[in-house]
Amino acid sequence: MYTFSSKLKTFSFILMLLGVLGIGYGFFSAPKTIQDVETILAADSHGHHDAKHDAHATQKHDAKAEAEHNEHLEHVLHQLQNKPWAAVYVAGLFFMLISLGVLAFYAIQQVAQAGWSPVLFRVMQGITAYLLPGSIIVFILLLLSGFHLNHLFVWMNEGVTEVGHENYDKLIAGKSGYLNFPFWIIRAAIFIAGWNLYRYLSRKNCLAQDESNDNTFYKKNFKMSAAFLVFFIVTESIMSWDWIMSVDPHWFSTLFGWYVFASFFVSGITVISMVTLYLKSKGYLEHVNTSHIHDLSKFMFGISVFWTYLWFSQFMLIWYSNIPEEVTYFITRIEHYNITFFGAVVMNFIFPFLVLINTDFKRITWIIVMAGTVILAGHYIDFFNMIMPATVGDQWFIGITEIAAILFFLGLFIFVVFTALTKAPLLPKRNPLIEESKHFHY
Amino acid sequence: MSNTKVIHALYNDDDILMDAVKQTRKAHYHIEEVFTPFPVHGLDKAMGLAPTRLAICAFIYGCIGISFATWMMWNIMINPTGGWPQDIGGKPSFSYLQNMPAFVPVMFEMTVFFAAHLMVITFYLRSRLWPFKEAENPDVRTTDDHFLMEVSVNNNEDELVSFFHKTGAVEVKVVEKH
Repeated sequence: MYTFSSKLKTFSFILMLLGVLGIGYGFFSAPKTIQDVETILAADSHGHHDAKHDAHATQKHDAKAEAEHNEHLEHVLHQLQNKPWAAVYVAGLFFMLISLGVLAFYAIQQVAQAGWSPVLFRVMQGITAYLLPGSIIVFILLLLSGFHLNHLFVWMNEGVTEVGHENYDKLIAGKSGYLNFPFWIIRAAIFIAGWNLYRYLSRKNCLAQDESNDNTFYKKNFKMSAAFLVFFIVTESIMSWDWIMSVDPHWFSTLFGWYVFASFFVSGITVISMVTLYLKSKGYLEHVNTSHIHDLSKFMFGISVFWTYLWFSQFMLIWYSNIPEEVTYFITRIEHYNITFFGAVVMNFIFPFLVLINTDFKRITWIIVMAGTVILAGHYIDFFNMIMPATVGDQWFIGITEIAAILFFLGLFIFVVFTALTKAPLLPKRNPLIEESKHFHY
Repeated sequence: MSNTKVIHALYNDDDILMDAVKQTRKAHYHIEEVFTPFPVHGLDKAMGLAPTRLAICAFIYGCIGISFATWMMWNIMINPTGGWPQDIGGKPSFSYLQNMPAFVPVMFEMTVFFAAHLMVITFYLRSRLWPFKEAENPDVRTTDDHFLMEVSVNNNEDELVSFFHKTGAVEVKVVEKH
């Protein structure tokens, strides 16, 4: 049995505390009125944009320019008020999706009746324990957006579907049969309930199998995992449109579900690898050998390449066809998010590709941890790139609030995952494939 | 030309063969070669063969492929002095960098093409295989359902024969090798 070391527990609490402080600071320091925004922008432009400032000054008496200026200020105000919300949303979503990715990986192992992985099942179940708190937090954030506490989802704005209203938007109105708050939140509730139900029952059966005399619980898990994977791939796809793609309600991409999936799937596998290496370094998981680690690294390598394939496919088709309503998505990112947009490709593709391509490196702990850290940071940035341009625009920054949100969810993640790991033996001893898994060598 | 004697020990199961290979290595007999009807997982490690360097070749070939594709697309699509710069769909920027995303699939395919084909050719050369080459395996049954281990003899014929019978061989022969 694993015992949660008090050192790690304290560390997770410190992370959460720092996170709460930073997030609180983010909300506290967000501008409340247009006047605040004006001072912020003036301070920003001081020095760099003197010419622009003068232009504003000369037009001061022009009523139309004044109105436009105010509209711009209000827009920036909304973006700056969104900033702490978006920071919390991106980090919360990212950590929840990591545990969902691990759940999908676990279900695939069950359905494939994989012989190598059963020694890692309890690690995977430990990580998926975060799914429940994580998805509840994301659900609450979605609810708060629905109650207009923030402007993350512009299609929720008042009057967007009302003809004649100043906010009326023909394109969104056309999608309102699908994209409306009640249907959207009900879908979210069903998805989250379904994922958590599978996670709960599958864990229960896996524990019951330990004490069983036959393989009934194993077979039950096999059937249930197959059903879950069907449910998962449909709901995951819809989830990605609902919770991520809909922040840009005019834009759509048909491979978006796969793209999001690849991103959190590789992150999930990376976390399995890192938690396994941590537990091994503490002397647990005696049956996990370098061949298991090697296999996980191969998945990290392979799914990183798969992510890049989807990233590029999405980019190239839209770049080549150059249709205004589609290409604006990438123009925004390349103009205002250049460093994070291309940085994500370097961190998620070029770096892991060059490091993990070597067979020997796939077994060396410090290399896996280093590559894994870069992959996780890179995929956080990938989600950042998906959410921020539509919610925060060019006011983005990875500063105190964003880092604090990551720290908070990381602390919570560590606390929940390692608490769950103490609840059951780390070896599923009656799994019918456990002997094969213990002797997995190549 | 000196004639040397070798032992041919035949097995009919890959697990028994693997155990036999390990025992033979432990007893410090010299395994010349093992012939199998299909690749046996882990046999190279059990025999103590050096790891393959084919992967390094593959990486180099891939690099050659991507460089070739980059050069090729420059000359096909862009090069203003070299031939026929292409203007497709009103995108006549004639700049390699601005058109690069469209060339990425070509670069990818060329990387795979070069890596795959050159790797196969390298493998054939390294294994000394070419069309119409006479088969080297000493017993036709190794192309069907038998596994054959060839071990060199150093004046210890009887010792080896009894040793291999004990490892589960279905047949042990002493053969003159030319």
